[in-house]
Amino acid sequence: MIARHISLLFDGFAYGMLLFVLSVGLSVTLGMMNFVNLAHGTFAMIGGYTTVMLMRSAGWPFFATLPVAFIGAAAASVVLERVLYRRLYRASDLDQSLLTIGIVFVSIAAAAYVFGTGQQPVQLPGYLRGRIEFGDFSFGLYRMFLVASALVITGLLVLGLEYTRFGARVRACVDNQRMARGLGLNVDAVFSITFALGSGLAGLGGALGIEIVGLDPNFAFKYLVYMLIVVAVGGLASIRGAFVTAAMLGVIDIVSKYYVPEIGAFVLYFVMVSFLVWRPAGLFARRT
Amino acid sequence: MQRVIVGLTGLAAAAVLAVAPAHADGTVKIGLIMTYSGQFADVATMMDNAIKLYMKQHGDTVAGKKIELVRKDSGTGGTAPDVAKRLAQELVVRDKVDIIAGFSLTPEALAAADVGTEAKKPMVITNAATAIITTRSPYFVRTSTALPQPIGTLGGWAAKNGIKQAYTMVSDYGPGIDSEGAFQNAFKLNGGQIVGSVRFPVANPDFSAFAQRLKDANSEAVFIFVPGGEQPAALGKALAERGITPKTMKVMSSGELTNDDALKGLGDAALGIISGWTYDHRHKSALNAEFVKGMNELLGGRNPDQFAVSAYDGIHLIYEALKKTNGNTDGDALINAMKGMAWESPRGPISIDPETRDIVQTIYLRRVENINGQLGNVEFDKVEKVKDPVKEKMKADGKLTADGLAK
Repeated sequence: MIARHISLLFDGFAYGMLLFVLSVGLSVTLGMMNFVNLAHGTFAMIGGYTTVMLMRSAGWPFFATLPVAFIGAAAASVVLERVLYRRLYRASDLDQSLLTIGIVFVSIAAAAYVFGTGQQPVQLPGYLRGRIEFGDFSFGLYRMFLVASALVITGLLVLGLEYTRFGARVRACVDNQRMARGLGLNVDAVFSITFALGSGLAGLGGALGIEIVGLDPNFAFKYLVYMLIVVAVGGLASIRGAFVTAAMLGVIDIVSKYYVPEIGAFVLYFVMVSFLVWRPAGLFARRT
Repeated sequence: MQRVIVGLTGLAAAAVLAVAPAHADGTVKIGLIMTYSGQFADVATMMDNAIKLYMKQHGDTVAGKKIELVRKDSGTGGTAPDVAKRLAQELVVRDKVDIIAGFSLTPEALAAADVGTEAKKPMVITNAATAIITTRSPYFVRTSTALPQPIGTLGGWAAKNGIKQAYTMVSDYGPGIDSEGAFQNAFKLNGGQIVGSVRFPVANPDFSAFAQRLKDANSEAVFIFVPGGEQPAALGKALAERGITPKTMKVMSSGELTNDDALKGLGDAALGIISGWTYDHRHKSALNAEFVKGMNELLGGRNPDQFAVSAYDGIHLIYEALKKTNGNTDGDALINAMKGMAWESPRGPISIDPETRDIVQTIYLRRVENINGQLGNVEFDKVEKVKDPVKEKMKADGKLTADGLAK
């Protein structure tokens, strides 16, 4: 009985970790650059397709494709940032939304044209399939891998932001952009690098997510809602916020669907609304 | 108000057509309403290519008339029925089509029903699979399936073949609820016992909670219906993670869970899944071999699925009806020509039930097996000439008019 609940909590947590990897980049770029980047899912999709293509066409092992998925999405984001995003940094939220939602549509059509409209299944290595049993407890291996990856990523992000010189610059730019500029920081360069890192993480999330949530051209849109919930509830530019919120949403989603499947799909949104009424700027907002 | 406007546009279109008999230049226009983009884009990819293939094989002229396709994308609004309705109106009023075909999803077909009825345009459904659609307009004809056909057949087969208990898991929307009802009714009618059921949201990324519920139920067997796309593989993996595979529990499903894409994602966890369905590309017949070969070429090596074969049969039905009416595109004449028509499809012999205008077809029971290193469905039993059990019941209860409409 207890084992069943622990397995369930674990599944929810693992699902939350997937949401975290997908959304954390958006949280940082949105909070830091004040740029409404609805095309975050596009970068996740680029990562996913990179992994699929490398595995299928070039016969790469799954693990080897992950860094490439990160780099591919990051590189694509740098190009877009230089060519398009840059022009709208000082534009209104609406203009930014229109541009980025347009990019999503274009990317969906492009992916459908290049890769076809079907699903892109991947076959994971055998040691990531199946599950481990400890007495009554049983955990999916892939979910354990997902949790481990998310924890490593969180650790690296926190270390990077809190204890490195670059991290200090990023925090300075987030906290007070004008002051940072006045002190001689190259804010634009910091933005570009952070944006690339955030998009790269999305790409990694897209690659990791194929096994759980699948991949087709519509991917760029499908998880946008979840990403935005994580960012809105967690608070902008807060890694801790994104982590806690994603974990919480994952667990709530799974647990509510287990106990009250009739309304399970709505509980998540109810929780989101409640939190936003309580803390409109998000749970761990750096700025209000 | 909406109804009035539709009525007026329909009447206007009818008036225009009455004055100037359709296309004196000798073309027949077919409007296609399909989800060319969006979540269900792959459905349209399959259907559109099947129509292309048919026209490549049989030419684009029939009964001296040239066939012209007008494609409309209903996928941009997700599953928005109002989009499909507007598209149907545009097809009738602006493009002056003679026939409407396609309809990827049930809400689209239902929304367009009034438009087709008022304008007297035959509407050939090549996918939308909820049972009651054809009872909403005398101009609907269906060449795909009413879901209760395969699912009811599967439920009856299960109970007759020694399965005593079953749990049902379906997506919470029209076709899912249809399947749930069809399976449960047929299963109970033949002596089976339903030990529980659950419905999951249509857009559901992670199925682990539902897999756990199924595991708790300790059932002998489970029936699953999920729409195509990423969900079949996601659900199958969630079950496998919980140790639920056909080795530990009898898993039954519609064809979506065992189509090529889903099987690739599921891997060996799918071995042994039993499905009741209308078509598989491995079906053995000369016609199917030719169909699969043609589709492989158009789809870059992918195999056709039930969406493709339904559209292939839909366009065939239109061609044959036009031959029978000698090119006359009057809506009633075409519908009458279609009623009772029987032919050999790549999926086997099929016909159009003259009473309900719905398809009558063979339902195959298949098991997922390893075929030369590839997972695929192997047909091991079949039931011939299956009609939609929902409408058969409506007929028996006196709830169906002579035209096959709901009273």
